[in-house]
Amino acid sequence: MSMKRIYVKEEWCLSCHLCEYNCAFANSGMTDMALALKGKPLYPRIHIEGNESVTYAVSCRHCEDPLCVRCCIAGALFKEDGMIRVNQDKCVGCLTCVLVCPYGALAPNENGVMQKCELCMTNSAGEPACVKGCPNRAIVYEDRG
Amino acid sequence: MNRYVIIGNGVAAAACIEGIRSTDPAGSIDVVSAERHDVYCRPLISYYLEGKTDLSRMRYRSQDFYDSANCSVHRGRKAVRIRKDAQEIELDDGSVLPYTALCLATGSSPFVPPFEGLDTVENRFSFLTLDDALALEKALTPESRVLIVGAGLIGLKCAEGIRARVAQVTVCDLADRVLSSILDAESAGIVQRHLEEHGIRFCLKDSAVLFEHDRAQTKSGASIPFDVLVLAVGVRANTSLLRDIGGETDRGILVDSCMRTSVCGIWAAGDCAQGYDLSTGTKRVLALLPNAVMQGYTAGVSMAGSSSSFDKGIPMNAIGFFGLHIMTAGVYEGDLYEEKDERSLKRLYTKDDLLKGFILVGRQERAGIYTSMIREKTPLSSLDFEAMRHMATTAAFSSEARRKKFGGVV
Repeated sequence: MSMKRIYVKEEWCLSCHLCEYNCAFANSGMTDMALALKGKPLYPRIHIEGNESVTYAVSCRHCEDPLCVRCCIAGALFKEDGMIRVNQDKCVGCLTCVLVCPYGALAPNENGVMQKCELCMTNSAGEPACVKGCPNRAIVYEDRG
Repeated sequence: MNRYVIIGNGVAAAACIEGIRSTDPAGSIDVVSAERHDVYCRPLISYYLEGKTDLSRMRYRSQDFYDSANCSVHRGRKAVRIRKDAQEIELDDGSVLPYTALCLATGSSPFVPPFEGLDTVENRFSFLTLDDALALEKALTPESRVLIVGAGLIGLKCAEGIRARVAQVTVCDLADRVLSSILDAESAGIVQRHLEEHGIRFCLKDSAVLFEHDRAQTKSGASIPFDVLVLAVGVRANTSLLRDIGGETDRGILVDSCMRTSVCGIWAAGDCAQGYDLSTGTKRVLALLPNAVMQGYTAGVSMAGSSSSFDKGIPMNAIGFFGLHIMTAGVYEGDLYEEKDERSLKRLYTKDDLLKGFILVGRQERAGIYTSMIREKTPLSSLDFEAMRHMATTAAFSSEARRKKFGGVV
């Protein structure tokens, strides 16, 4: 369906990893970034990938026909208004979704339970924090239908 | 108006309902469900015993699933025969359901070898259904010594699920290693050691052959005392309904890529079906939940008259025991790339410019990229495979391939 999704412009990515920090903070439920993140291992829902010549951020593609949802053995992943969401209460951490996501976009949280990009619609940020905080506008939030 | 009938009420049936309704909002749907439960997450029965989920969270779909899809569910009923000329099925209470399109989502049944003396064992269970798990739960006490026959996926998940609730869990199998259908000797060794560290005992290459009340005798003559016996030797696809009317069956019900059987008006999906396995190029029973969902949905769409096909089934498993994750996919043939230490192992198999399969034990980062390369038959020459052997990354793909993956709606 036509909706805004997160896209990257790899030629503009500086690999500064700020998106990872902004993501983890937005989903921490805390108001102080230092308290939320400092000295703790980061479990962001977006991550930087790349090599010597190219870097870019990877997060859920919110696929039209999501393999992760179809393959979830716990019925925990679901699609709502085009967005792929996870019911963490149902997830048993089997990682079948990690096994099938073609984009390598999924990773569990610190407790082994799946978490994922929900476009900051289910936290208090209200708009994708990775996009908002990207200093070089290498991550955009657009409807590419 | 179309009359759809689905025999079975597991995830293949649920996906079939969704497939039908994606195309045909009006036709009637009857679901014949031998189990009395609504569709639930079958692979979670061990997590239930472990206390990691409960009956309400194990639901596969919301409580209003059948009503909102406008289905009639015939609970506790079994189909006894198909009358293919009349296009109707007969249920065990004598009632008859006519169909214009029928889906067999009958699943599989435990295979129980004819062990001598099995009848003398009072506390004897299978471990395939929720009712199996609930019955087993009732028999468990903190003093129980449990013997599980079968060191496959079902037996080992059962062992993990009950370990903290009982005094002793012993798993025996004729095979020389655990998970012999998906692991090689070395990776199985890591998993077995991990399980042993968590208190599971093993008796491999030497399974039980004779039972006498609360004692099993193994092939080598050893004697294993137990209070509770779980039989997890294997499963067999439920094919008889179709076989009885002359439909083509092998180990499962043979289906094409639209999930049609050889009999007109009849489809099959899930653990009972034998469809195309892209990794071997042959038809195989792939008794895995993701496969059941894909097949069920495809069958539903096809039954409702739209075109739909599924030809990307491969064997693949993500399974964990006491925090150790295992992921496998495809076939293990061709050139081997390997990384390993005492507690983890990575094996990638390549052949004819393709990734054919992998085994990951204690490593799982971004494995889906590898899986997609098997499913999509991505030529290795189209990417920098060397750069992604240690760690899967889409950075190793060409910029054009990456633009396709990340530049638009997928």
